[in-house]
Amino acid sequence: MRYLPKSDIERRQMLEALGLGGMEELFAHIPAEIRLSRPLNLPDGVSEMEVLRYFQKRAGENAAGYVSFLGAGVYHHFRPVVIDSLISRGEFYTAYTPYQAEIAQGTLQSIFEFQTMICQLTGMEVANASMYDGSTALPEAVLMAARITGRRKVAVARSVHPEYRQVLDTYTRFQGIQVRELEYDREAGTLAPFTIDDGVAAIVLQSPNFFGIVEDLERAAEMAHAAGALLIVVITEPVSLGLLKPPASADIVAMETQALGMAPSYGGPYAGVIATREKYVRSMPGRLVGQTTDAQGRRGFCLTLATREQHIRREKATSNICTNQALCALMAAIFMTVYGKEGLRELARQNLAKAHYAASRLKLKFSGPFFNEFVVAGGKTRALLDKKILGGLDLRKFYPELGEALLVSVTEVHTRQQIDELVGGLA
Amino acid sequence: MSYPPNYRYTREHEWIRLENDTAAVGITDHAQEQLGDIVYLELPKVGDRFSATQPLGTVESVKAVSDIYSPVTCEVVDVNAELAAHPELLNQDPHGAAWLVKVRLADRAQLDGLLSAEQYEAYIAEEAVKSDK
Amino acid sequence: MKKARPHVNQNEGLIFEHSSPGKRAWQLPPLDVPEVDPAAALGGDHIRESIGGFPEVSEVEVVRHFTRLSTWNYGVDTGLYPLGSCTMKYNPKVNEVVARLEGIAGVHPYQPDALAQGCLKILRLLSGCLLEITGMEAITLQPAAGAHGELTGILLVRAYLESRGNPRRKILIPDSAHGTNPATAAIAGYQVENIRSNALGTVDLDVLRRAVTEEVAALMITNPNTLGIFEENIGAIAEILHARGAQLYMDGANMNALVGMVRPGDAGVDVMHLNLHKTFSTPHGGGGPGAGPVGVKKHLEPFLPVPVLEKGAGGRLRLIHHRPQAIGRVRAFTGNFGVLVRALAYILACGGNGLKAATQDAVLNANYIRKGLEDVYDLPYKQPSLHECVFSDRLQAGHGVRTGDIAKRLIDYGFHPYTVSFPLIVHGALMIEPTESESKEELDLFIEAMREIAREAEQEPQTVLAAPHTTRVGRLDEVTAARRPILRWQEPIAE
Repeated sequence: MRYLPKSDIERRQMLEALGLGGMEELFAHIPAEIRLSRPLNLPDGVSEMEVLRYFQKRAGENAAGYVSFLGAGVYHHFRPVVIDSLISRGEFYTAYTPYQAEIAQGTLQSIFEFQTMICQLTGMEVANASMYDGSTALPEAVLMAARITGRRKVAVARSVHPEYRQVLDTYTRFQGIQVRELEYDREAGTLAPFTIDDGVAAIVLQSPNFFGIVEDLERAAEMAHAAGALLIVVITEPVSLGLLKPPASADIVAMETQALGMAPSYGGPYAGVIATREKYVRSMPGRLVGQTTDAQGRRGFCLTLATREQHIRREKATSNICTNQALCALMAAIFMTVYGKEGLRELARQNLAKAHYAASRLKLKFSGPFFNEFVVAGGKTRALLDKKILGGLDLRKFYPELGEALLVSVTEVHTRQQIDELVGGLA
Repeated sequence: MSYPPNYRYTREHEWIRLENDTAAVGITDHAQEQLGDIVYLELPKVGDRFSATQPLGTVESVKAVSDIYSPVTCEVVDVNAELAAHPELLNQDPHGAAWLVKVRLADRAQLDGLLSAEQYEAYIAEEAVKSDK
Repeated sequence: MKKARPHVNQNEGLIFEHSSPGKRAWQLPPLDVPEVDPAAALGGDHIRESIGGFPEVSEVEVVRHFTRLSTWNYGVDTGLYPLGSCTMKYNPKVNEVVARLEGIAGVHPYQPDALAQGCLKILRLLSGCLLEITGMEAITLQPAAGAHGELTGILLVRAYLESRGNPRRKILIPDSAHGTNPATAAIAGYQVENIRSNALGTVDLDVLRRAVTEEVAALMITNPNTLGIFEENIGAIAEILHARGAQLYMDGANMNALVGMVRPGDAGVDVMHLNLHKTFSTPHGGGGPGAGPVGVKKHLEPFLPVPVLEKGAGGRLRLIHHRPQAIGRVRAFTGNFGVLVRALAYILACGGNGLKAATQDAVLNANYIRKGLEDVYDLPYKQPSLHECVFSDRLQAGHGVRTGDIAKRLIDYGFHPYTVSFPLIVHGALMIEPTESESKEELDLFIEAMREIAREAEQEPQTVLAAPHTTRVGRLDEVTAARRPILRWQEPIAE
């Protein structure tokens, strides 16, 4: 086995040092009746060439050569090549959680930069070192709001990503938290007028919402705050923040950062993040990196406020989360650094222009303002598939009330010609 | 540090000091020493009520969190605001400036059930022997 | 110091400190569609000012910045990383290559099943391999990490018991467990009852018998436990629980000690999670991403979270999103697929025999270290070790040197520290897990370093107490960091 660095001679030497005659003796204390007495029924190990061949073959069975206009929480953006080049450094990707700060300053400083850039992007005051993904960041944000307000009800817009809402149901069911749905306006696609009582811990709103429509966050914040509730803003397309006003009126932002440099990769890994106001930091789940100094006064970074976490507080922790998604957060940090202040704005402008170019010749379901994603009324994708185009997501499975409708995402990766073909197929 | 003879103590390492019709509550020198550098406190609000042995707050060091238990049944009448900005006071002057809350007692007789300074010192000495084993 | 030498260590500020207006690392193709006025399209009220504080740097600076940062890190690629319980084994390079193939990394999770058969075949093959390895009967690959797998597993227990009329109230957890176990039980709506370990460091059957009432939903056990000791009574433990209608949950964090030797499913385990980033070599990435698949016995299968993989007519694979008894969805989309790909690449490369050989080497290495150090460090539990060994700092504490100090000194010798102060049942614990990825030379150097530090602790404790001496920064002031947290960079206020 090429991953094992010892020769049989060395193994024998080591066994001798232990006074043992063979490997099996290392396991002799395990009761025989539960020891596996046969070889595992798995194929024999194969060479690197064969491993590559297997995966190349599988890769060829996944819509090779198709152009995809799928979005719905996972976006096709160009990934600057420096991302993979830098995260492939073994010191980054083969390191563990930076518990030993003196030899983990690389990870720690990059997370500190990630936290900072997430704050700059969202208008929040603190951001954590990342969560599993956006869909699990949402329930963590809701549980946080429940802790802060001492209330056990949440009102969630129906235009929040449907799978996020399903994950929220799974997490809240056993916490005694009631989830209520807030309707969307069937014309505009934005949050419909609503009322809440003062038992509500938080209003949850996504912007741009699942239909791609930009919501009025300030109005929602006023409604929430008037009832003593918090406003949680979900963001699944952070590139939109290159142009859109940051959700500064929110109390908690639960964001998916996939669009910032992570490949779609059939669903993951990505990184979620929770950002909030300074006054709520002690109620926040997940790791945090802080700045400090060593005895000589040199600046350094370390994990901090760890007493919120499971390894110290155990059953009283703010969450059971143990890892973050450090490598994905690093991808996002590199992506944000490459584009920077001007680049992210320009990237967002291109997304806006291309999506609006496509939409201008299609019949849309909603009249509200949209960024790079929109819902097309009707929407036959079969003819498009023949042209090797994945035309968008059929919304019937999530929103049967919309009838035939297709959620289409257009980004900087799509050329005018590809967009014209899409429009031609849909029209 | 010495344990003032006019205080009463608990086996959970809190102290209580009677002041006219109210009492101050804090954690002992032994407790702060065990915790190490204290970085954060969570304290109740004025008006909160607790029964004896119920947790009234938490105290945190870098890598540990401990509950603070109410020594008696009481109502909180004052909270030491200094501590939020200067948790290090708890390490520096646990029996004095770093009192946590002042409370109104429900029943003064409960104090009789607590340890005297002498009993408390004997108790921590005994605990130290146990943990050495 | 045989191993560590000071090396080139560039100074480097925060990326924000390199920023100046007009520098850029990006270039987009010219826009090939008409410009759109953002204010007109989105509404003037919705448009932001520029992103205050966001960096503006060149490509060279981006590359140098993150490359320099990387040199301040220690990884498995750098050397022995004996972090107990974390299984820092070699992460094969080919795994990274296959996970980045365009036909794998570029696949959108909402592609129709018919156009994602390659991905689905990967999921199916990995599922089959993990079931054979664990002896379980059904599996979900959805959970994103070990703790997420725990939550999924306990929710499965809850749903199953509920279907039989009563979800019960309590989860039992041994005092040697990872902190995630009690935190998970609480999130799943259960009360936690801790079970004291016996003098051998394992679950005490009498204590367990008394604790298992009709109120108990499950016991969460880690096997081998966090002392690296196999719970030999696992069969009897399962019987005690099952007799009272409770379930046995196994935390598979230490499964790398068992692959090819013991299958938890054969030992009465009802539900377990695996950490693919430990046992199956997917990189830890500085703290994630990982993946935490959950294996179950048949009776829990109807409750698995959606989506569930099925073989349809004509051998076509498809994802089922609606199942009446499912606990729901634990994560959007299809799990941390890129991590699953890497784990499968590892399993294919190793094969059944290679996986077993890896287990044996991991256990051999841990025992070799134990043997090499047991005369200079206190070994509180003498039971046979599997993949890790746990010492205490009792002998060094007399000189004022604690486990955290020894760990820092190890850095000067060119090694990553072991796990400090865990498990909690060992006072001043040194938890050492070498994994199978270490050569005899590297192990001998480690043993020599640890012995040298034991000598230093006795003869020159100040050297150990002030360690590390070779790193870019010394021990950091964690107290001030926690008292007055600085959690982001802020632009200095202009004069």
